[in-house]
Amino acid sequence: MTDYSQTIIDLGYIVASILFILGIKMLGKPERARMGNLVSALGMLVAIVAVLFECCLSYEWVIVGLIIGSLIGIIAARTVQMTAMPQMVAILNGFGGIASLLVGWENFHSQPDSNLFVRVAILLAVLIGGVAFSGSLVAYGKLAGRISGRPILFRGQQLMNAAILAVILICSAFELYQPTGALAYVVFLLVMGLSLALGVAAVISIGGADMPVVIALLNSYSGLAACAAGFIIINNVLIVAGALVGASGIILTGIMCKAMNRSLSNVLFGGLKAGPSSKAAAEVQGEPKPITAEDAYYILEAARSVVIVPGYGMAVAQAQHAVRELGEILENNGAEVRYAIHPVAGRMPGHMNVLLAEANVLYEQLAEMDDVNPIMETVDVCIVIGANDVVNPAAREIESSPIYGMPIINADKARTVLVLKRSMAPGFAGVDNPLFIKENSRMLFGDAKATVQQLVTEFKES
Amino acid sequence: MSFGLLFFVFVLAIFLGVELISKVPSQLHTPLMSGTNAISGITIVGALTATGHSADLLGTILGTAALVFATINVVGGYLVTNRMLAMFKRKDGEKK
Repeated sequence: MTDYSQTIIDLGYIVASILFILGIKMLGKPERARMGNLVSALGMLVAIVAVLFECCLSYEWVIVGLIIGSLIGIIAARTVQMTAMPQMVAILNGFGGIASLLVGWENFHSQPDSNLFVRVAILLAVLIGGVAFSGSLVAYGKLAGRISGRPILFRGQQLMNAAILAVILICSAFELYQPTGALAYVVFLLVMGLSLALGVAAVISIGGADMPVVIALLNSYSGLAACAAGFIIINNVLIVAGALVGASGIILTGIMCKAMNRSLSNVLFGGLKAGPSSKAAAEVQGEPKPITAEDAYYILEAARSVVIVPGYGMAVAQAQHAVRELGEILENNGAEVRYAIHPVAGRMPGHMNVLLAEANVLYEQLAEMDDVNPIMETVDVCIVIGANDVVNPAAREIESSPIYGMPIINADKARTVLVLKRSMAPGFAGVDNPLFIKENSRMLFGDAKATVQQLVTEFKES
Repeated sequence: MSFGLLFFVFVLAIFLGVELISKVPSQLHTPLMSGTNAISGITIVGALTATGHSADLLGTILGTAALVFATINVVGGYLVTNRMLAMFKRKDGEKK
């Protein structure tokens, strides 16, 4: 290859890096987000075309791989339901991680004489990529309901995780010291296996409600794994793109932790004290007041301002379209309708926004927690749909509660609170919710979608 | 290219990433995550190199498998992000 064509290829990588940077910048602005995604996709295309000029002795397998991957990607993206988006993001993230791991393995296999830095990079790609892959698979399982969303905890768990990590580090050190030979290959495979085990062990202990944090963090890992792959093949575009993703994942992780008033280490290692706190239960006395859809209709009919607080229950019941219909009816009835969205409502960052957007709710109607709390006392009715921990006043009032200190939407400050809920079961945090027995609370038991549709029918028939 | 230079690029890119994303409205968190997730599929460049240069059967299998997974990540990630962002609408019905 001439120097001339290499320069053009390098220019392609620079253009791709710039397009990624611009794309991510635009993704952060509502008006330009969609264009930003296209810009970053264009960057990816430029990077792929550039590498195709220099990568290959033969193209058969390249073409096979690209076609198979594209077909699966297109079909998956077209068919996935919006309510299934958290697990879709998790599994795609896992695929990115395993790809980096395999790139590391292939280079270990084909380039046994590589230098120390490359060998370190290979081990990092395998470790981070492996954790991102198996961790994302477990997260996928929890989000899709294939495995229990409850944290799986056992005695000595953290000790075991630390031991796995220690063995990985020892094996890696051996690998750097003696990079070739049959034994080195066995130890390398051991590092790979243990990395995959570490991903499973780390995520299995984390409960479903903490998934927004975990997905954001795993997203960061898959970016860093791509970075490591960049150090292996000595390519700046991987390093730039991977580092951007790594940084954005870390920032999102921080935002999610802050929204739960917990530190990252608490989410990853602590787990909430399982089970309802008996002390908190003793302080909360009273009976929930169930009402019928008809009664609820009279309350809503008279309301002039309504705030709807959606939660994971709305996603499970696929109730977003019915909720939007109810919102429109209330507006036509003269009420001001807003949707208050807690940063960690649902199972991934921004989960509720996506569902409501799918149901054509205008984004001007969506309010963040800090905007809606100051005006909550002037709100006639607050409808809580399938949300629990994010409106639990125990976080504000009961110091012994495990979620004490978490910022919440102050639904209880509204004049009337309508809670749509399947049963009195506590939320994912396993904490009793005093909101349900407050003087101004009314419970509407049943499937969220069916209940909202009943309310819509009541309005239409009157 | 020396390792030092690569590391230099890495550190600068991390700082750039932090600056770019420190203020994103929460409504865009999901598209941002799935959009950056698609970008992490940049490892496809590594997968292409691996597939192209491997000399034996196992190397080719590993490279091709990496390529398939990375391609799913890239194609699926961008399409699904685009699908989500197409749903965000403003009052005047204009798509953004």
